Amino acid sequence: MRFAGERDLRFIGLRKQDFSFNLFVVAFLGISLLLAGCQRQKGGLTVAGSTSVEPFAEILAEHYMEHHSKEKIFIQGGGSSAGIQAVRTGAANVGMSSRLLTPQEQDLLAFPIAYDAIAVIVHPSNPLRNLTLDQIRKIFSGQVLRWDGLGGRSAAITLVSREEGSGTREAFQHLLLGKTEISLRALVQDSNGAIRQVVADDPNAIGYISLGLVNEKVKAVEIEGAEATIENIRLKKYKVVRPFLFVFKSEPQETAKRFLDFVLSETGQKILVQEGLVSVSSMAPREEGKPKGNV
Amino acid sequence: MSKEKILERGFLLVALSSISILALIAFFIFVEGVPLIWKVGGRAFLLGERWFPSQGAFGIFPMIVGSFLVTVGALVVGVPLGVGCAVFLCELTPRPLASAVRPMIQLLAAIPSVIFGFWGLITLVPLIRTYFGGPGLSVLAGSLVLGIMILPTIISISEDSLRALPRTFKEGALSLGATHWQTIWRVLLPAARSGIVASVILGMGRAIGETMAMIMILGNAVQMPHSLLDSTRTLTTNIGIEMGYATGDHRQALFATGVILFFIIMALNSLALIFSRKGRS
Repeated sequence: MRFAGERDLRFIGLRKQDFSFNLFVVAFLGISLLLAGCQRQKGGLTVAGSTSVEPFAEILAEHYMEHHSKEKIFIQGGGSSAGIQAVRTGAANVGMSSRLLTPQEQDLLAFPIAYDAIAVIVHPSNPLRNLTLDQIRKIFSGQVLRWDGLGGRSAAITLVSREEGSGTREAFQHLLLGKTEISLRALVQDSNGAIRQVVADDPNAIGYISLGLVNEKVKAVEIEGAEATIENIRLKKYKVVRPFLFVFKSEPQETAKRFLDFVLSETGQKILVQEGLVSVSSMAPREEGKPKGNV
Repeated sequence: MSKEKILERGFLLVALSSISILALIAFFIFVEGVPLIWKVGGRAFLLGERWFPSQGAFGIFPMIVGSFLVTVGALVVGVPLGVGCAVFLCELTPRPLASAVRPMIQLLAAIPSVIFGFWGLITLVPLIRTYFGGPGLSVLAGSLVLGIMILPTIISISEDSLRALPRTFKEGALSLGATHWQTIWRVLLPAARSGIVASVILGMGRAIGETMAMIMILGNAVQMPHSLLDSTRTLTTNIGIEMGYATGDHRQALFATGVILFFIIMALNSLALIFSRKGRS
């Protein structure tokens, strides 16, 4: 009897242990998940945001780290909105944005680091040279469905666009289409490179990408008679231009400040110009803090 | 604690962690997604045809249609090929050949989906553009690639269920004077029906869930496809292609897309379970 009683007790004890053990397991999992969520990269500057700015920021960071070998800069994509969000939550030190800040984001500090033009691209074999703003609006809103009558060959237009939320799409829509929505019939690709690939493969395609990424596989068309060149952008003849911004939560300090200064320095701007962007100084007198005006 | 107990606890921990991760994923999807469905209205969300998240239009009907179209297309390609291959491996081929072909089919399952997508984009899409017209990035291209991707699932499960049949079925049919083909078509396939149906449903689940390859070859237009040569967008690719930039309601709308997907996959898996149980009893 006594033996059995002991066994019973032990049995009950074990069950209690089981319960507290399970509690421990759940708590452990919860805490580790929380920790994982809160963790951030230490010992370096994290720059996150627009995938349009990302390749340029990577080149700049490389040059910067050559001269400041002890400092580390991590560049991440994610998109303008995500980058701005990351700056606000502290997940990133610097946000990259390829669009102006919205009224809700005005509490952050933004510095234009360069300007980028958006080019409307077609297949190199497309005879089309020039499009008017009105034609672009009609093509991208889906009112004009064929190349006939636009100076192209007789075929259906393949529209290629970026996905909703993309800074390039937002800028393109804002600058060229206004309130008109991009047709739902448009193919959607999730990067500049993917659009370039589709347009390069399809003789009847039309799309839009950053001017800096236009290469010999695609042809940038003139808009209202103005070719997409740095010179025309500077003279404001080519108007489809958007700012590239670095966004900070507060006045940049230490590495962040040194990196920003480097980007805005003559060397930094020269690198950006070489990569096909337009320097800050050639567009306008340097704006401090929040950029204003219509871009 | 004895060694055995320690091991037992260890395994309990592993089991609990995997289940709790599943529960957490489901929990977060619902917490993020359901409020938006509530806000937009279930009907407007499920049956709306306009998807302009920045304008507050969240209709995912074209994507539901797209998902089903591409999946059905994949089944049209994959089921005859898959079941045919299973019959071939089970009944019509000498053992050495079957044991050479089987690992190759398993290898097909190990190819990452991005490779399928890339192959489709580089090979299939230009072919479709040249010979059938349209942008090439289309339901047709997606169905063909997905049809190949679900082959390993269909083949291996169908083959298992054909092999699990009692030998007496085949012997009985043959001794009654049926030819080999009649035996396969009239006796073996109907007897293994539940397993084959389960394999088709699991393949369907894989097809609905496939994302990477579909982003690359469907073209992702948010439109009701009018022909097989039109571009379309599925529920999964909607999440995959837009998550990079989505914030606020837009982000929630993507989670809400996930909620709908969750229900579809749950329904398919339950169906597969029901059919495979039916087969066992």
